Amino acid sequence: MIYLDFIIGHLNYWLFIVLMMTGLYIVVARGNLVKKIVGLNIFQTAVFMLYISIGKVTGGTAPIYPVDNQGHMQVDPSIIYSNPLPHVLILTAIVVGIATTSLALALIIRIREVYDTIEEEDILEIERKLSAADNKTHGPAMGGRA
Amino acid sequence: MSAADPHYVAKTFMDHLPILQVVIPLISAPLIIFIGNRKLAWIIAMIASAAAFVIACLMLAQVKDGSFISYHIGGWAPPLGIEYRIDALSAFVLMLISGIATIVLPYAYTSVKSEIPKRLHTLFYALFLLCLTGLLGMVATGDAFNVFVFLEISSLSTYVLVAMGAGKDTRALTAAYDYLIMGTIGATFFVIGLGLLYMTTGTLNIADLADRIANQGANRTVQAAFTFIVVGMGLKAAMYPLHHWLPNAYTYAPSAVTTFLGATATKAAIYVLLRFMFSVFSPGFHFEDWTLYLIFIPFSLLAMFAASFVAVFQTNLKRMLAFSSIAQIGYMLLGIAMLNATGLSASIVHLVNHGMTKAALFMGVGAMVLYSGSAFFDNLNGLGRKMPFTGAAMVAAGLSLIGVPGTAGFISKWVLVQAAFENGWWIIAIAIMLSSLLAVIYVWRMFEVLYLTAPAEDCTATDPPLPMLIPMLILAFACIWFGFDTELTLGSARVAAEGLLAGSAGMAH
Amino acid sequence: MDTSTALYLTMLIPTVAMAGNMVFADRENLRDGITFLCAVLTFAYVLVILCNVGNGTTAELRLFEVVSGLSIAFHVEPLGLMFALIGSGLWIITHIYGVGYMRGNNEQHHARFFACFSIAIAAVMGIAFASNMFTLFVFYEILTLSTYPLVAHKGTPEAVKGARTYLGILIGTSIALLLTGVIWTFTIAGTLDFTKGGILEGKITPTLLPVLLGLYAFGIGKAALMPFHRWLPAAMVAPTPVSALLHAVAVVKAGVFTMLKVGIYIFGIDFLASTGASEWLMWLAAYSIIAASVVAMTKDNLKARLAYSTVSQLSYITLGMALATSMGALGGGMHIAMHAMGKITLFMCAGSIYVAYHKTEISQMQGLGRIMPITFGAFLIGALSIIGLPPLGGSWPKFLLMLGAADAGHLIIIGVLMVSSLLNIAYLLPVVGRGFFRPATDSKLPKTFAEAPLLVWLPPAITAVGCIVLFFYAGSIQNFLLPIVSN
Repeated sequence: MIYLDFIIGHLNYWLFIVLMMTGLYIVVARGNLVKKIVGLNIFQTAVFMLYISIGKVTGGTAPIYPVDNQGHMQVDPSIIYSNPLPHVLILTAIVVGIATTSLALALIIRIREVYDTIEEEDILEIERKLSAADNKTHGPAMGGRA
Repeated sequence: MSAADPHYVAKTFMDHLPILQVVIPLISAPLIIFIGNRKLAWIIAMIASAAAFVIACLMLAQVKDGSFISYHIGGWAPPLGIEYRIDALSAFVLMLISGIATIVLPYAYTSVKSEIPKRLHTLFYALFLLCLTGLLGMVATGDAFNVFVFLEISSLSTYVLVAMGAGKDTRALTAAYDYLIMGTIGATFFVIGLGLLYMTTGTLNIADLADRIANQGANRTVQAAFTFIVVGMGLKAAMYPLHHWLPNAYTYAPSAVTTFLGATATKAAIYVLLRFMFSVFSPGFHFEDWTLYLIFIPFSLLAMFAASFVAVFQTNLKRMLAFSSIAQIGYMLLGIAMLNATGLSASIVHLVNHGMTKAALFMGVGAMVLYSGSAFFDNLNGLGRKMPFTGAAMVAAGLSLIGVPGTAGFISKWVLVQAAFENGWWIIAIAIMLSSLLAVIYVWRMFEVLYLTAPAEDCTATDPPLPMLIPMLILAFACIWFGFDTELTLGSARVAAEGLLAGSAGMAH
Repeated sequence: MDTSTALYLTMLIPTVAMAGNMVFADRENLRDGITFLCAVLTFAYVLVILCNVGNGTTAELRLFEVVSGLSIAFHVEPLGLMFALIGSGLWIITHIYGVGYMRGNNEQHHARFFACFSIAIAAVMGIAFASNMFTLFVFYEILTLSTYPLVAHKGTPEAVKGARTYLGILIGTSIALLLTGVIWTFTIAGTLDFTKGGILEGKITPTLLPVLLGLYAFGIGKAALMPFHRWLPAAMVAPTPVSALLHAVAVVKAGVFTMLKVGIYIFGIDFLASTGASEWLMWLAAYSIIAASVVAMTKDNLKARLAYSTVSQLSYITLGMALATSMGALGGGMHIAMHAMGKITLFMCAGSIYVAYHKTEISQMQGLGRIMPITFGAFLIGALSIIGLPPLGGSWPKFLLMLGAADAGHLIIIGVLMVSSLLNIAYLLPVVGRGFFRPATDSKLPKTFAEAPLLVWLPPAITAVGCIVLFFYAGSIQNFLLPIVSN
């Protein structure tokens, strides 16, 4: 059952892909600005998962040599070490993610103050009217020189 | 200084230039907020970006012969430690970014006063410096994950800077929001790509990555990584089908921000693309060749025609220039896709020439908006005659945008077409020329509005105050100057292109 | 005087004239005086070059290098020197005429007008003395851009529209086609220097040669080869001095001059002849000659008729190059001089009629010849020169072109030239005929001699005399130009 092995052996990747696509789908398909941000968070979290899951090194060791009395290396193969680097990277990425989320939420608050809605469709409608008004005032003057 | 010495420790001031390049604006930004004084804020920002510019010039002078500077942060040798690596290409782009920042700041001082509420001024300068930090960091660093961090620093500050245009037009908010969503997706794609690369190579140092990919050859993970990185950076660079965020963001952002972003933000992203396509993945990597031929060429041609065509029909000058930027990015990507030294140098030189040209144009529009209130063409009627110096600067820059001989834009177009002929792609060469005819149309529309229509009866517009006028004139002059003296621009671009095509210098120890 | 100094001065002095016009915008006598002085000086320095160099070719004078292999550089060679002589010499005359016209006609923005005019002359000098295609191209574009404000000078919607056509075609063809051709040439030949015998031989496959030639032939929009001739009639909205000097002499001649330069120094006449790459161009030029003449007959507006006549005459020069024989090239080169003298006379006469009585349509000009005998007399001489009747200058180049066509074995071309002469008669002489022999229809016209102002009628009279003088000096012009075709 080589296929089953393949599927189970890559479980972390499958989960990553599912989560990532879920997040991306929400960003694209949802009209509510806050929900979009939730989708974006899921999308980013999926990437965090990917990084963390590849940080597991079977049979690996931290770069500190466990030496016994005779000076020989002693690596216990039953212990699964974690590569610290991806964790550190993701710590940074999480910070970035939080900053993005908070900035987005702040923007949403301002948008709500101005447009009185956080539904994308309504906002687009309002903006379409604004553009139509622009075109009405400024368009005809351009007619002759387009 | 020598990268060949693995135990090198930075000793002198000159040794620390690569990190100072990034750290000076980074530290100045919080300083501005702590001091909280509007006037001081501007002065600090000015000093920081001028210092960054001087540093970039010093470094370019060192690496112009094709060598590179490798700086080890904290004395930790790469690939374990983080390395900053400056070669001709990065020094050249650093010079562009810091130079534009330095020249935009005096302009911003007056322009910001009229476009952004007073209480936000200190924040504006702090964010401006953060954005500068991010862009400089992206270019200076030799560590792939560092690129992501700086990318996000610059992006996050950019979103806020764009949203600051909300005082004039509320659409700035939604533009910033859209940009945020797209930008974050792009950056996350980029991180996924990095993760995949790290998975197969176990390193994040750009030079080390190159060595290891070259050793182990390409596999599907590397290909996937390449794809994610190209799409991610393509989003940030407003590569044709991924350009959706750009027109609104440029149109509604405050003039000073548009000027700065238009000249630098997409350029830094293109730099990262170049870095990854040529330094990390070698040009011999076939998957990349096919991507270039099948994706880059058709899309950049589309960008050149479609975006220029859309630009022709805009009623708002700022928006027209934004669409023109998308088209110009098409030229740069086309140059990359030529995959020869001439094409690459065309891209790199266009990066800088277009940066100066667009900055001058956006500054001109900004100055006119100061009096007219909007950048709609019918509000700009006859302003070229009322504001002779602003008008002259815009004419010079406009001609450079078309690529009229004697301007910087001409040089980039010349080299690009020459590259097309070197490959024997004369149809593409003709296409480049035909698309620049569209540029003639939209630029000429601008000229006619500025000069051949009668200004409004009660028009009181005059040239803007000197701090706004002088940067604009300097840039316009640069557009002309670099059309004749190409030693600095094209010379550096050639060295940079050869460096890129030679592949990565590797770890060099 | 040192030739190189004189060479730079010919470009510098018109620039000084431009600056003078900008600085003294409000003092019209001083301003026009400075420009006149500059025009005379420019001509004088071209004469200095003529005395120094004769019909030799000087070494290249490199101003600076833009990209490696591409530099802004100048040299003196017979064809360019002749073009510079025509351009600067006629500038003096047109300036006098322009001052009279602009003042007599109450046009606005004199300073801007003369400033742009001076830049255009500087660009013409640059084109004439360019020693490589790159330099020529740079000045070619400067010429286009500096004449745009002149075409749009009146600022009326028609003027703006005409100027847009003008610029659209000239910039469009030069960027899309000419520049492509130039870069292509540079890529395959590695140089753009004008070299006797051409730089392309053996570097391009014969099948692609006609394509490259096409890029040049259509790219040089200023040569008004059909179908890119529309800008010329469109540019007629400009004030007449512009039409006279620029659109009958400097701009269009810059076009055909470039065409000859490309044919002789880039492709090489022998190379063209041996590959037959220019044959299609010859037929197109022949078509252009006939078709434009036919269109000219349908025009009632005098300037429009003259514009189409120019389109037709320019194709003579293109034809001379495309024949790819030394006689043809010589005839083309000589036609630059002869047609310039004849056509500027005709345009200045048209302007003179407009200044004096505001007539633009030929049908309104009945009886005017009796009132303005000098203007109409000059027109007659100019017209006869264009038609090519001895003893007027215009007869020689036609003769040489026919010899060239016979050399190349294209008897039909000889026929085309004959037919064209007949057509010229048909559209030019009726103007004179109406003026002299038909009774005046407009009762408001004066009954006795009443010419346009002196400054307006004198210049065409001078150039009309010039047409006659040139007939007797044609031999020396031919000898002067001989080095461009002889090895």
